[in-house]
Amino acid sequence: MTIGWALLGVLVVAGLGALGAFAADPRRRAVIAGLSTVAAGAFGVLAGVLALGGRTFSTTIPELLPLSEASVAVDALSGLFCLLIGGVAVVAGIYSIGYFGGGHAGSRSAQGLLPLFVAAMIMIPAAGNVTTFLVLWELMALASLALVLAEHRLRPAVRDAGVWYGAMTHAGLVAILLGLVLFASMAGGESFEVLRAAQLSEGARSVVFVLILIGFGSKAGLVPLHVWLPRAHPEAPSPVSALMSAAMVKLGLYGVLRVGLDLLGGGPRWWWMLVLTVGGVSALYGVLQASVAVDLKRLLGYSTTENLGLIFLGVGAGGMFAAAGNRTLASLLIAAAVLHALNHAGFKTLLFLGAGSVLRATGVRDLDDLGGLVSRMPVTAALFGVGALAAAALPPGNGFVSEWLLVQGLIHGLPGADAVTAVSMPLAVGVVALTAGLGVATFVKAFGVGFLARPRSESAAAAKESPLSMRGAMLLAAVVCTGLAVVPASLGPTLARMLEVLPSVRDGSPLRGGVTLRLAGIQGSMSPLLILAGLLLAALLVVALVRRGLPRRVSLVWGCGGTRLDPRMEYTATSFAEPLTRVFDDVLRPENDLDVTHHAESQYLIESVQYRQRVDDRLEGALYPPVLAAGNKFGVVLSRLQNGSVHRYLALGLAGLIAVLVVVGLTT
Amino acid sequence: MSVVGVVVQVVLLVVLAPYLVGLMRQVRARMEGRAGAGFGQPWRDLRKQFRKEPITPAGSSWVFAAAPAVLVATTLVIATVAPFVATVSPLDGIADLFAVVALLLLGTVALALAGLDTGTAFGGMGASREITVAALAEPTILLAGFALSARVGTTNLAAIVERGQQAPGDVLSPASLLAAVALAVVVIAEAGRLPVDNPSTHLELTMIHEAMVLEYAGRDLALVEFASALRLTVLLGLWSSLFLPWGVATSASPVALLIGVVAFVAKVAVLGAVLAAGEVFMAKLRLFRVPELLAGSFLFGLLAVSSSFFLA
Repeated sequence: MTIGWALLGVLVVAGLGALGAFAADPRRRAVIAGLSTVAAGAFGVLAGVLALGGRTFSTTIPELLPLSEASVAVDALSGLFCLLIGGVAVVAGIYSIGYFGGGHAGSRSAQGLLPLFVAAMIMIPAAGNVTTFLVLWELMALASLALVLAEHRLRPAVRDAGVWYGAMTHAGLVAILLGLVLFASMAGGESFEVLRAAQLSEGARSVVFVLILIGFGSKAGLVPLHVWLPRAHPEAPSPVSALMSAAMVKLGLYGVLRVGLDLLGGGPRWWWMLVLTVGGVSALYGVLQASVAVDLKRLLGYSTTENLGLIFLGVGAGGMFAAAGNRTLASLLIAAAVLHALNHAGFKTLLFLGAGSVLRATGVRDLDDLGGLVSRMPVTAALFGVGALAAAALPPGNGFVSEWLLVQGLIHGLPGADAVTAVSMPLAVGVVALTAGLGVATFVKAFGVGFLARPRSESAAAAKESPLSMRGAMLLAAVVCTGLAVVPASLGPTLARMLEVLPSVRDGSPLRGGVTLRLAGIQGSMSPLLILAGLLLAALLVVALVRRGLPRRVSLVWGCGGTRLDPRMEYTATSFAEPLTRVFDDVLRPENDLDVTHHAESQYLIESVQYRQRVDDRLEGALYPPVLAAGNKFGVVLSRLQNGSVHRYLALGLAGLIAVLVVVGLTT
Repeated sequence: MSVVGVVVQVVLLVVLAPYLVGLMRQVRARMEGRAGAGFGQPWRDLRKQFRKEPITPAGSSWVFAAAPAVLVATTLVIATVAPFVATVSPLDGIADLFAVVALLLLGTVALALAGLDTGTAFGGMGASREITVAALAEPTILLAGFALSARVGTTNLAAIVERGQQAPGDVLSPASLLAAVALAVVVIAEAGRLPVDNPSTHLELTMIHEAMVLEYAGRDLALVEFASALRLTVLLGLWSSLFLPWGVATSASPVALLIGVVAFVAKVAVLGAVLAAGEVFMAKLRLFRVPELLAGSFLFGLLAVSSSFFLA
């Protein structure tokens, strides 16, 4: 079995599944689409495992793409991302069978496009030249756009999200296209082999890097190009949200690693300072918005911006050390970033699927209307809890391990550093720490308000546990998360093989050890397995010691001398986040509305008080309206050129042709 | 036998933690002109509460029932691995500063979830405030840890303590002193002492920790009270090991262990008494002034890191 066959399997299975889902009758559609997604994902995992095992694969099919050729080249870096995307696809595929099936029928196009979307994502890391890469990238963008729009008949917000997503993803594509085409034209060829060997001037390389950073950064949801993410992820069907948030955004990371560190072979320090800054700002801004978000899926969307920000912060710091020639720290930080990408894929899949279960059972995404689900949907609640623990970067969750590695890499950069590093590393640690702290607040809110206490609405009170396939998929994701959390050291050789691809970073294996995770080249060790074992042992000890004695009694909550407390007296997500909103008032700028209705008889008597708080995305409000207004104005000016007369259009065409010829004549 | 050191340390902490709370209350009482209930009162309270039945408020879940055990477990793990009495523990390979901090945070989270699970306004309020304080304290801890580890080259606690013993000048360096101030503020915040939180108040305007645990009764309450005493001991112990590392045993010989035990008890008792004495003269800060205090400690942490670089 070679990588080529596995990738062919991805394409064939996805194609057949898509055709089958479009053709089949609605009852079987979910099963066909789900199973083919699982199969495509499994082939992707297989290709990834083979590539990470040390095999490579490359082929070209000249007939497939006009004016160019389809080229596939798989190495360990591609393999890691094939594995990541395939794994998420397997889980999301299993889940989609229950989610789309049985009364909650999704649209035909959504289910038919699911396997195609997965196949495009798995193939992107395998692309071996610029044209293939861009074609697959666009295929992924279009498939995901259609998937985001799947429920547009149900909610008007979906259309809005679709427009934003479509515009942003194509703006990103334009940046990537410009960057890669420029790169290819200067290198004199478009295959990655040629690009890798090309000797470009510093200025040209920098232009290419900044362009691809804009493009891939927008796909990764980094500030300030993140605006599509908190819109599109909540509005897409939940398995699609999971695929987008856990897998698709990681292709932005893949792009920066592939082009920045492999094809361009690393670069001057300011590139990576830029990456570090963008990552740090994204992490902070994302987690701050997530900590005050009330919509569960929007919260998870902002948390994706946060985590991708941390990942890019790691890549940026790693690139800085690579530029300074410190391979020990460069490889450690890049490995930490990639490990965090894997961990984030695991727990964000789990969390979005959990949110989807809640949404399917209650029809509610607003945390202020949830609650009490831990007794009504015990499996979903427990598994969401596992994901939330990981996302909060607390031990024994898997997010903790990669953030620990990230901090270790950052703090060991100080000895022998110059002033720039000495200032940027402590700030980066501060950013990571504040992000971690606010992340804890975010996920305590998500789990505590969403699942615990008593239900705050009738739909939450009537919630029922999800079907077997959805619970099974979430359980699978939770098992993967636990595995990543407990024995991260076993990934050491795999990560080392991936780092081999990056010429300025490669440096043996950055992670060592079995039970205890040890770092190569610097002192540092930590054992997630022993921590988990210690916690379990201590908890068992405590329970065993205190179990004797009187049994537990259930009684009324203390109602402050009143009678029963009703659910309206509970703390909500808004009130939980209120202290944070107040502390970060200057950044968040919440809008408060207070409506007091007085009694008709006397203004001293109050009939009702309504309080509303909205926290809008302030960066979006500051940056986008001017751009949109300028675009509109430009459109109005241009519209004067087209008055409907065919003669005018012919004249414009002629003028354009002449202009092109003149430019070509002058430049060659 | 380094295992002996671990057992001695855990037993010592478990036994002493309530006495530390008793000592602090007694110091406060004497300074305020009261007789006080004596050092042993917290243990007597615990013994009484352990015999009473736990009560679960209607509508809450297993999270409420499990939280006290999780809280005690996280603190016990720290009491096992951190170098309070001896640095030669078989577990010192995992005694990482950041892991210890994360475990403390895990305990906070467990209790905050329990507070939310009760479904009362008090529970939610306490949880929200506690998490806000914990979230804002996190950057200071990591930066102070950064400053301390910069000179040692690792965040392993045993290594930091041993280095402090070998090079006493390092402990008195500007970086270390600034980090000490930063961490002291955080210890006060995490332990829920004045001026961040008042452990003896039940006034809704000021409660943080007490609001979260208001619904606990009997055995559960005993566990929560015991855990907060143990957390206080662990936090003071950590601070003393990092900034007053003298006396911590670096070998497993009985004499060294004995010195380690005596030194630890003395350091923690003095720190506790100083803290209690300070509280007599201090009023609680308004809740929304607490972030300013924590921002100040963050600044100290940043200064500590930069001085460890620029003044090294």
